[in-house]
Amino acid sequence: MENETLTEIRSAVDIVTARQRGRALALDLGFSGGDVTLIAAAISEVARNIVDHAKQGQIVMHRIHGKGDPGIQIIATDEGPGISDVAQAMQYGYSTRKGLGVGLPGAKWLMDEFDIISHVGKGTTVTMKKWLR
Amino acid sequence: MLQVPILKQGGYLIASIQSVLSDADLLQLRDNLAERVGRFRSRGVIIDVTVLDVIDSFATRMLRAIAHMLKLRGAETVIVGIQPDVAFAMVQLGLTLEGVGTALDLEEGLAYLNTRTKQLPGHGK
Repeated sequence: MENETLTEIRSAVDIVTARQRGRALALDLGFSGGDVTLIAAAISEVARNIVDHAKQGQIVMHRIHGKGDPGIQIIATDEGPGISDVAQAMQYGYSTRKGLGVGLPGAKWLMDEFDIISHVGKGTTVTMKKWLR
Repeated sequence: MLQVPILKQGGYLIASIQSVLSDADLLQLRDNLAERVGRFRSRGVIIDVTVLDVIDSFATRMLRAIAHMLKLRGAETVIVGIQPDVAFAMVQLGLTLEGVGTALDLEEGLAYLNTRTKQLPGHGK
């Protein structure tokens, strides 16, 4: 069983690759079909965020262990322009560009844990987790 | 290469998505449908998304754009085959297909179009 996967995100095609790898890993970890779809959707949104705002970045996904329960952790990093107002970016419906403004806040709703760190001019890191219950 | 085959069935077009789609495929589907609705003078379009594993914010936006664009070209669109898990994820994401017809499957989609296209004024009613 593969426990860690790294996907370089350089174009929209890579969004599909990242989400398929995340789906495969989540299935391996024993997540239900419904949860696997939620995880894949969350990966899709953070990957799209990289393509739309930073042009390129990477997504690392791996198995984690919490208090007894295993889970999946997804870390999306880019060295793009960064987000000056993270709170605003996390508001539902807020979009600086062509999107619906649901990507990042939507991904947060789909996962159990969601953390975003961004520095203007340096880039953004999104870390999210879902636990197998 | 045509990622999404489009079949002509009477006055309708049926686009059956065969595999996971990239953004470019969705844009291509939009352009192909817009062109064919004109070429075949179609009154209705069914987009079958049964195989899609995820309908994310971009795909939702594209499906909405396609439906609204085809409406402007005079055709009704119905999206069929959204799977339960996919629908659940869409709800969690807050994504809606407002203003776009949806139906359970191809059969229901055809029934939907039959009803909708008969209601257009000026066609023997």
